[in-house]
Amino acid sequence: MSTALALINLYKSFGPVQIICDVSLNIASGERHAIIGPNGAGKSTLFNLISGRIQPSSGEVHLNGEPITGLSPFEINRRGLSRSFQITNVFPKMSVEENLRCAALWSLGHKYTFWSPIDRLSDVRERAECLMECVGLTARRHVSAGVLSYAEQRALEIGVTIGGSADVVLLDEPTAGMNNSETEHAVALIRRVTEGKTLVMVEHDMGVVFSLADRISVLVYGQIIASDTPGRIREDPAVREAYLGQAVS
Amino acid sequence: MTARRVPLAPWLAFALILVAAPCVFPSATSLTMMSLMGIMIIFALSYNILLGQTGLLSFGHAVYYGLGGFVAIHAMNAVIRNKLGVSIPVIPLVGGLAGLAFGVLFGLVSTRRAGIVFSMISLGIGELVSSSSFILRTFFGGEEGITTNRSKLTSFFGYKFGPQLEVYYLIAVWCFFCVLAMYALTRTPFGRMCNAVRENPERVEFVGYSPRMVRLIAFSFAAFFAGIAGGLAAISFEIMNAQQLGAQQSSLVLLMTYIGGVGSFTGPIVGAVIITFLQIMLSDVTSAWQLYFGLMFIAVVLFAPEGVVGWTTLHLRALRGGAARRLAPAYALIGPSLAASALGAIMIIELTNRQLAEARSEGSSMRLFGFDVDASTLPPWITAATLFAAGTVLCFRVWPRVGDAWGAVNARLHFRGD
Repeated sequence: MSTALALINLYKSFGPVQIICDVSLNIASGERHAIIGPNGAGKSTLFNLISGRIQPSSGEVHLNGEPITGLSPFEINRRGLSRSFQITNVFPKMSVEENLRCAALWSLGHKYTFWSPIDRLSDVRERAECLMECVGLTARRHVSAGVLSYAEQRALEIGVTIGGSADVVLLDEPTAGMNNSETEHAVALIRRVTEGKTLVMVEHDMGVVFSLADRISVLVYGQIIASDTPGRIREDPAVREAYLGQAVS
Repeated sequence: MTARRVPLAPWLAFALILVAAPCVFPSATSLTMMSLMGIMIIFALSYNILLGQTGLLSFGHAVYYGLGGFVAIHAMNAVIRNKLGVSIPVIPLVGGLAGLAFGVLFGLVSTRRAGIVFSMISLGIGELVSSSSFILRTFFGGEEGITTNRSKLTSFFGYKFGPQLEVYYLIAVWCFFCVLAMYALTRTPFGRMCNAVRENPERVEFVGYSPRMVRLIAFSFAAFFAGIAGGLAAISFEIMNAQQLGAQQSSLVLLMTYIGGVGSFTGPIVGAVIITFLQIMLSDVTSAWQLYFGLMFIAVVLFAPEGVVGWTTLHLRALRGGAARRLAPAYALIGPSLAASALGAIMIIELTNRQLAEARSEGSSMRLFGFDVDASTLPPWITAATLFAAGTVLCFRVWPRVGDAWGAVNARLHFRGD
């Protein structure tokens, strides 16, 4: 199977503080990969490095075999990598439908089109329709994103993330702050929308991680101490000591 | 879902108003005023592409209006000098293209960042251009500016555009199509991304768009339409001077747009009409008219941040929801209190203005709301102060009732799911 995302000797330091230290990781296409680790381990920083939000101090990131290090977020997005945010990060005063249309526009080739009305673009309309259906917000299409309930906002966040049909999807704590039934719902949603795609996610809820992930990497103090299948990670003594403790036994 | 159709009725009404206005107000003063309104509608709408749609607060938008006007006036003079077969109706396009060229140039410098950085750069560019207008005298004509004579250009199907009426209709036609174009722009993918950049530029990057490019295109469009407005101004006034691209003109367009309302497409149109009307009418009545503009602006920012149109829309929606009964008592109380307070404030301003600025040359006696008063005596001051103080105290007393009434109305509307 080909490699969708490769991190090669990635380092990131802010001043004297080293946040990411020699991280190398290969994620095969079609894989569902979870990154876990204690707070402050550098998980979000790692996502920011991959998605171009911040630049690494050294090392490289490859997407589908091509280097994307140093590219800006929108260039990386155009190459087929999309990410969500831990804190909902959508367009608050625009409706659900408009949010999803904005997410779909570039990938459908409409770029900065200023000569044809958006309502006439049937492909955009259909994609938005399909996304709303997918994340279960069809009934809320005309509601401003800012006034949706928390769980709905999280669903919209995922909708915006997958709106451009990227084949590599990064989800940053998609179920954070949800109750049990919402989490269950979100897991089903994630499973559905990442069908046939490569998924990388940061997640604290071990139930979610073990039910979704094909492989798990454990990040502690900016280093990956283990990267393996859920079963082996569960048994790994170093992981148990460093992070999981008694939580999963 | 089918594509939402643009309703035709508002556009027909708009066209009808533009066509019929000179029949209703045929005087020379109103023709000049309405011509200026048409120009200002384009200018204010172009400004709202930046402020309302893309979230860019520019302090130097008059640069593109003024430069468009100057290039247009030079183009007219060149046409006259070389006896070229160009007639007046295409001149605004020259202004627009000039605005566009400068918009792209200065946009490249200023749209890299939004927020305060953008505002400061726009202010800097505004100062740069207006100060260079006193250095590059051949282009800007120094203090007196550049003049032209529009009737010397080739006639257009027999029209020489000598009379103001013909100029009015030229402006009306350009105004109609510019408004239409700018409205259409808001409904394109680009227009949608402008809103997205306003809302959350960071997220825009993660759906494949460069916020900087969106800003640059928006800025270029805004400059293009401002340039058209400037070109029309050059035709209408037959003169362009440095004031037209200075800070005062830049704040005027901000004022119009904001007072009208940045949140809706019609806001800047209403703002342009109101402010142009007041500008001409108020300056006849009082020499302190600019002070009133400032106060009006502050009042809108504080109490109706959505502008005149936003305020009206809000009330219409509440009234449709059957809120009249709840709001009426509170408004019946706040209305007279506000009126008294405003009346007192206006009297104080006018008396002060007379005493401090005009008394030496014109004496201290004046006409104030139809009464002959002497600003150097106490009675008018006491009346003014009493009115102002009583009105203001009443306002503070009654204000909570307005808040309560709105609370009840909002709860009810929300409950009904409107």
